[in-house]
Amino acid sequence: MDEINFIAASEICLYHEVEYTFINSLGEAGLITIRKVNQADYIPEGELQKLEKMIRLHNELEINIAGIEAINHLLDRVEEMQEEIRLLRNSPGNSKTYEFFKTS
Amino acid sequence: MAFIDYYQVLGIPKTASDKDIKNAYRKLARKYHPDLNPNDTEANKKFQQLNEANEVLSDAEKRKKYDQYGENWQHGAEYEEQMRQQQQRRQQGAYTGGQASDFDGFGSDDFSDFFQSMFGRSNKSSGNRQVKYRGQDVNAELKLNLAEAAETHKQAFTVNGKNIRITIPAGVENGQTIKIAGHGGPGVNGGPAGDLFIKFSIADDPRFIRNGSDLFNTVKLDLYTAVLGGEVTVDTLNGKVKIKVKPETQNGTKVKLKGKGLPVYKKENEFGDFYVTYDIQIPVNLTERQKNLFEELAASR
Repeated sequence: MDEINFIAASEICLYHEVEYTFINSLGEAGLITIRKVNQADYIPEGELQKLEKMIRLHNELEINIAGIEAINHLLDRVEEMQEEIRLLRNSPGNSKTYEFFKTS
Repeated sequence: MAFIDYYQVLGIPKTASDKDIKNAYRKLARKYHPDLNPNDTEANKKFQQLNEANEVLSDAEKRKKYDQYGENWQHGAEYEEQMRQQQQRRQQGAYTGGQASDFDGFGSDDFSDFFQSMFGRSNKSSGNRQVKYRGQDVNAELKLNLAEAAETHKQAFTVNGKNIRITIPAGVENGQTIKIAGHGGPGVNGGPAGDLFIKFSIADDPRFIRNGSDLFNTVKLDLYTAVLGGEVTVDTLNGKVKIKVKPETQNGTKVKLKGKGLPVYKKENEFGDFYVTYDIQIPVNLTERQKNLFEELAASR
């Protein structure tokens, strides 16, 4: 069975110097999953990478929640496209070797 | 060690105000921030330079010093002092030991030599990906040749001083990335470690062209075998294979050798195919007799 670790939101706020309301708003916007246990909020460890990225965007670039949401969508698309480019580059039909096989 | 024009890095004149510097930095950081430029080493490098320029120009004291020495920084008395201190630090550092590593993560977090010789090591982190809780993700590249990619095998290597042994499944593709959770940089303040991402870079095999699990190659076939039929030997990934050539084979004919391609990624006992394309060679330097025979053939049509 896979074990999931949870991290207290308060701990993340402390080390990243962010307001709790920011994490809460990310949760409300559906950008991260927050689990409530005994009145306290917890973040699954698997969400941490995503959350820290959003915190950096917020703290370092002054991007608000709406902006973060838009960036997330675009980054997902960039990732899909990078994967597609990789596949295209690996297929001989699209590389310079094409000429080689065109005759058949 | 080259002089770095921090004003140029931020695209501002030497007369820029603090506010101009802040604005220029913010604007460029939004463009080159690593979180906005995934898998882009160039952007990462650029962001690093921006941070360095910002650290110097946004700090009144550092900026003053930088402006004072400018391009003649090497002649500054302070430079000598810095070098002396640095040397000491290096000597001290030698015993704590640098970690040998097979791989470099994307971009080192250190500022340039120029910065360090003028200001010493930055006590602040460069601002880029400063670890506050969860450890940094580490990217590494592993080079394989086609034969290695065709076999499931174990490989051990060192990343950040840690030995890691992974099983590479047969059929990995060029540019494919796998994640090894928890093997990135250590977390701080009790945070979990980051992840290690290994990207496979598979060198082209001059003999074959790969498309997924299928392999392609071209084989030269002499005219006589093509016309009369016969046999030809083909180099595949697992050795030489003899194939029968049908009489009257046309130039460019493609023959499929089923299951002679690469293993399909993570599917046991499934293999791609091997395609051979014939490149028929027209004889040259014909003897008089051969020429006469061809003429006879031509006349007989």
